[in-house]
Amino acid sequence: MNKDINKRQNLKNFLKRYLFFLITLVLLGILFIFRFDAGLKATDVVVYSFKEMLLVLPPIFVLIGLLEVWIPKETMIRLMGEGSGIKGILLAFLFGTVAAGPLYAAFPVAIVFMKKHVKFSNIIILLGAWGATKLPMLLFEMTALGFKFALFRLAINIPVILIIAFLMEALIKKDEVEAIYEKAARL
Amino acid sequence: MGNYIFNGLIYLIAIVFLIISFIKSKQKTKQALLKAWNSFKNILPMLLGVILLVGLMLSLLDTRTISKIIGDRSGIMGVLLASAVGSVTLIPGFIAFPTAALLLQGGAGYIQIAAFVQTLMMVGIVTIPMEIRYFNTKVAVLRNVISFALSIGVAYFIGFILNVWQ
Repeated sequence: MNKDINKRQNLKNFLKRYLFFLITLVLLGILFIFRFDAGLKATDVVVYSFKEMLLVLPPIFVLIGLLEVWIPKETMIRLMGEGSGIKGILLAFLFGTVAAGPLYAAFPVAIVFMKKHVKFSNIIILLGAWGATKLPMLLFEMTALGFKFALFRLAINIPVILIIAFLMEALIKKDEVEAIYEKAARL
Repeated sequence: MGNYIFNGLIYLIAIVFLIISFIKSKQKTKQALLKAWNSFKNILPMLLGVILLVGLMLSLLDTRTISKIIGDRSGIMGVLLASAVGSVTLIPGFIAFPTAALLLQGGAGYIQIAAFVQTLMMVGIVTIPMEIRYFNTKVAVLRNVISFALSIGVAYFIGFILNVWQ
């Protein structure tokens, strides 16, 4: 009896977690029916993105796992927490800039940083740098759009990322930040 | 090319730290790998959905369509459309930059291209569900809205400087 209920609960959880994926899968099926060539093209992009994900994500997850286990919370607070000042800002930029992978890969990193009580504005800086000043992408940008274009975009993005972090810090209340950190600790 | 080198470098760093960790404590290394696996499992369902959604969008929105939207037009409308396309889609850099270069050759202005590239990197509508899950709705929406607004500023700045420079 109990086992059965458990099974059903598990299935329900599974469906809930994969609902978004299942919907997109159905949409892809529909696309194949109505425009087969577009369906093939979509599959091409999906396979490509999936490969990229499998290539890029493993070392990032291993590194955040190691960080979570080895670096004590106190150390991370000292380096990037409240009162870490310019040191914390620079480290957030550094982490984001040397990162690889799309912006979504930064979210799990942000979670670990929250668990370690890294300052909220520094996490927003990490996200910004991860998106806009990522070094590997910058090299790509230079070859495609020119040295000047990439360099000016990098230069203007440093203050822009700081402004975003400052605004977010001002707009999100302390207790909301605390609630988010508590949620992160449970993930 | 540069991307592969960087990716390789990150693998190298991860492996070196993993070996050091293993020498220092097998137990903790196991714990770290377990945590890594759990974070991956956590992100996987949504990630699969996002990847499929991006595939669906890109199949309908090819380079030709994008250049039709932002290529010939100039002015604020083109900038806003370029920003909208950049915000909604999540195009890997290796596709995005060559596309942007093509658009530039095809007559799009620097401002539109900068708006496209900047929103692509900073604003993610398809990843908003993920961002809400990891942060909350207010943070996700605010971060994206602020980033969108500033992206347009960035686009005009880059366009202005590059146009003056020439």
